[in-house]
Amino acid sequence: MTQTDVRAVGSGLGRIEGPAKVTGQAKYATEQDDVQDVAYVWPVPATIAKGTIRRIDDAPIRAMAQVLAVLTPDNAPHLQPAEDGELAVLQSRTVSYRGQFVAAVVAQTLEIAREAAERLQVEYDVEPHDVELTQDHPTLYKPDQVNPSFPTDTEQGDVDEALGAAANLVDHTYTTPALHNNPMEPHATLASWDGDELTLYDSNQGAYSAQQTLAKLFGLDPAVVHVVSQHVGGGFGSKGTPRANAVLAVMAARMVRRPVKLALHRHHMFAVVGYRTPTIQRIRLGADAEGRLSAISHDVVEQTSTVMEFAEQTALATRIMYAAPHRRTTHRLARLDIPTPRWMRAPGECPGMYALESAMDELAIECGLDPIELRIRNEPERDPESGKPWSSRSLVECLREGAQLFGWGDRDPRPGTRSDGDWLVGTGVAASTYPAYASPSTATARAAADGRFVVRIAAADIGTGARTALTQIAADALRVSTDFVRVEIGDSAFGQASLAGGSMGTASWGWAVTKACTELREKVERNGEVPVDGIEVQAETSAEIEARSGYKYQGFGAQFAEARVNIDTGEVRVPRLLGMFGVGRIINPRTARSQFIGGMTMGLSMALHEEGVLDLAFGDYVNHDLAEYHIAACADVTDIEAHWLDEHDERVNPMGSKGIGEIGIVGTAAAVANAVHHATAVRIRDLPIRLDKLLGRLPG
Amino acid sequence: MRPFQFVRADDAATAVQTVTANPKAKFLAGGTNLVDLMKLGVERPDLLVDLTRLPFDSVDVEADGTVRIGTNVRNSDLAAHPAVRNGLPLLSQALLAGASGQLRNMATVGGNLLQRTRCVYFQDVTKPCNKRQPGSGCPARQGDHRNLAILGASEACIATHPSDMAVALAALDARVAVSGPDGDRETPLAELHALPGEHPEQETTLRHGELITGIAVPPLAYAERSAYRKVRDRASYAFAVASVAAALDVEDGVVRDVRLAFGAVAPKPWRAHAAEDALRGRPATAASFRAAAEAELAAAEPLRDNAFKVPLITNVVVRTLSDLAGETS
Ligand SMILES: Cc1cc2nc3c(=O)[nH]c(=O)nc-3n(C[C@H](O)[C@H](O)[C@H](O)COP(=O)(O)OP(=O)(O)OC[C@H]3O[C@@H](n4cnc5c(N)ncnc54)[C@H](O)[C@@H]3O)c2cc1C
Ligand code: SF4
Repeated sequence: MTQTDVRAVGSGLGRIEGPAKVTGQAKYATEQDDVQDVAYVWPVPATIAKGTIRRIDDAPIRAMAQVLAVLTPDNAPHLQPAEDGELAVLQSRTVSYRGQFVAAVVAQTLEIAREAAERLQVEYDVEPHDVELTQDHPTLYKPDQVNPSFPTDTEQGDVDEALGAAANLVDHTYTTPALHNNPMEPHATLASWDGDELTLYDSNQGAYSAQQTLAKLFGLDPAVVHVVSQHVGGGFGSKGTPRANAVLAVMAARMVRRPVKLALHRHHMFAVVGYRTPTIQRIRLGADAEGRLSAISHDVVEQTSTVMEFAEQTALATRIMYAAPHRRTTHRLARLDIPTPRWMRAPGECPGMYALESAMDELAIECGLDPIELRIRNEPERDPESGKPWSSRSLVECLREGAQLFGWGDRDPRPGTRSDGDWLVGTGVAASTYPAYASPSTATARAAADGRFVVRIAAADIGTGARTALTQIAADALRVSTDFVRVEIGDSAFGQASLAGGSMGTASWGWAVTKACTELREKVERNGEVPVDGIEVQAETSAEIEARSGYKYQGFGAQFAEARVNIDTGEVRVPRLLGMFGVGRIINPRTARSQFIGGMTMGLSMALHEEGVLDLAFGDYVNHDLAEYHIAACADVTDIEAHWLDEHDERVNPMGSKGIGEIGIVGTAAAVANAVHHATAVRIRDLPIRLDKLLGRLPG
Repeated sequence: MRPFQFVRADDAATAVQTVTANPKAKFLAGGTNLVDLMKLGVERPDLLVDLTRLPFDSVDVEADGTVRIGTNVRNSDLAAHPAVRNGLPLLSQALLAGASGQLRNMATVGGNLLQRTRCVYFQDVTKPCNKRQPGSGCPARQGDHRNLAILGASEACIATHPSDMAVALAALDARVAVSGPDGDRETPLAELHALPGEHPEQETTLRHGELITGIAVPPLAYAERSAYRKVRDRASYAFAVASVAAALDVEDGVVRDVRLAFGAVAPKPWRAHAAEDALRGRPATAASFRAAAEAELAAAEPLRDNAFKVPLITNVVVRTLSDLAGETS
């Protein structure tokens, strides 16, 4: 073995599959050109928001040339019951939201499938629908828990009394709209049966859990279901578990006895793959004359569907951010005739911290304090909720060092007083946070006689650089250069592994890879050499992860924004964004930077642009394409910087790393809203901050 | 998508003939709007006649200063042409404010003028829309109309014309050259687009088979003192929420002449004649500019979510004219 002490972790190794991606060699789910004789599936979305399918007139469609099959609730295979109600595709005639799939056409070409699907006549018995979330919606109820398994409400002390006695009080309601994940690659599946064995090339955030879920749904032994996901063009949470596309593809392939491809259209994605729930959040903060918080209260109203419950953990971060003896959080859901909201990058933390960090800015003004100083004064020594010590917490350092780099020092706190030509100018700050989770995973490491190593784990690289980071982690554990290591991922055959979700991919997979590779190195060392047929070690991390307790594991950060608002038009531009993060050891600064600035860009997009526009009459999100649903364009993101502290956390996991995939989007919208307030003296508590909300309220 | 036929036209007469002969035929230029609408099922032609080989691809300045622009000149080439960049800044700015670099490389003059509304209901065949399906209703009135019309709309339709280029051309009194089954004609751009009235499906005064071959921009002595200001929700790659094309001629602090047109507020590029009339002979001050904008917008009929366009256009008129007045003095 060519041992090396040069550590790969910490180096900016370029993406291993980068050349394959930029030359088009990397094959995404439906691009497997070695699969022959493929047919195409096009789904048929419901055109009503609530009711029952009375009749589907599929005879004329079946008669069309090149149409192979029409799938409807009448002929669809019977599925096993699933916890995820959205997977019960074509299992009933009930329509629960506009855009829900009610049928699908399989044809020899994509164009014919689409044309036929659009021609299919579906008759409905229509019922009145209710799609509008309101603060006092009559169906509001308290879910048993919030995503994934946190208490719905929490309470310590006497919040009302403390608020009543507070010298400084903030009491405001903040709202965020429905936000749609919109990864570049749509949800896509190529399904192929070989006898009783099923192979799925699928775009997802976890091949192993996709395999388990789909096997159960179709009543199959997981051993005959093989899910391959080599390259995934983004997910942002919406590919965390299988969606209707995978179910329809498996059904269709069985029905026509041919491999089929199904890639969703962007329009479909605004209904069937999940989105971030709109939120209505009331925040109350009480503080003494010096700005020390006595009470924090965060009450959330959000939506779920009638298909299943999804309860976003919007107030979760509020439970741990700041010290205060009296504290309360609540979540209430309205059950609407609307698609089921699901995970979107930093579910909970992202919308929740927009509200909390806007309110903290309002409190700073109330107290006459610099917003950074206010946060420092309320820094909790331990997790205020559990009382556990932090494995590490660097919020104060992030605020201080970020402030220095941003040039916060000589900031004039008065709002609405600076301009540059036609533009009002201001700056804002907000905190970021995200938990450092980990979940058990299995990795196999194999040494070959030629000195090379292969590591296998069912990890997913959804564009994050996971394959590359894991190669670095493996190389260090093996004490060899990355040139000798090949990491294979994206295959359910590699065993149980964490999802690429909850910012825990690298921590979870890296833990298993470290364990397998360390054991393999020791075994090879004991053996003296590698025999011709190699040495293999498999490792699993349940025990280690279960043993991890006694601390609160959490990453923190601070984000700074400069906003410019046009005096005549109210147009908002953000010429500068700077993030400073304390997230343990950075495995790869190059891919890490992409995660941070990607998250921050998405946060900027949320602050200024993104909004699913609901049509009350039809009950759907009408701006269902990327021309109408605006995300930040390059010109919106001019100067964006991400930095990190040299944080050492030996407790969090063997790599000392905390997740970085989501923290970048947490707090950005508040930093921007706070900067807009500083520029204009107008507080926008209703995202996105668009010009029509500012026009007519600007100073001067 | 439905199967369709595709032919390339080598001369204008054949193109006109081929489309005239088939009520379900359409001209295809850059395809950046038509092909999208075909994918959405909004446009369902049987036959596409590709215009891109027709010889209408030059920009010529005539002796009297008229700029003649062939329909096949791509939006990016037009914006960069010296006669436009230097002589007609408002047109160059309007073109460059539209779409993205890639789209401008494909988009043509005729296609840009005839691009269709971005109304979300028009683009969704699962919903009613009087423009797409006459008599089916207009859900935008109660629904999503933040970016729809405040001027020139009707009970039947409140769609806006989305072009930036056309707004600048309206301010410039451009004329449109048309070739049809009965020969060639020229029509003022102001008469190319029709207001919806009871027939929003009739968007232009062109007859089926009539081909736009180019436009002519007559000389305007003070065109160099002109500007196009587009307001949009993001910094680039977005349709206007309001825009103003303006040219201003000031002498001794008094407005001698002015051209004003508004975008994203009406079913057609909106020439602001009332504002122009209110300004001629008035002092070139912010107060007069504001009064002029208000004179034009007196006719505005804003809806629940687009009323902000009234103060927005007013502010942009005041700012744009003030800046131009500053340049002159
Ligand atoms: C995402 C996106 C963003 C955009 N943003 C903007 C924007 O910000 N501002 C803006 O102004 N535009 C914008 N556009 C629209 C763009 O400018 C138009 O799509 C383009 O100008 C159309 O030109 P084309 O040559 O591609 O037309 P085509 O799509 O080929 O044709 C459009 C229509 O014109 C007809 N036609 C074309 N040429 C002729 C002719 N010579 N005679 C008669 N009929 C003809 C066609 O039959 C068709 O009905 C955007 C488009 C997209 C897709
Ligand atoms: S505004 Fe016009 S285009 Fe839009 S839905 Fe109404 S009729 Fe159709």
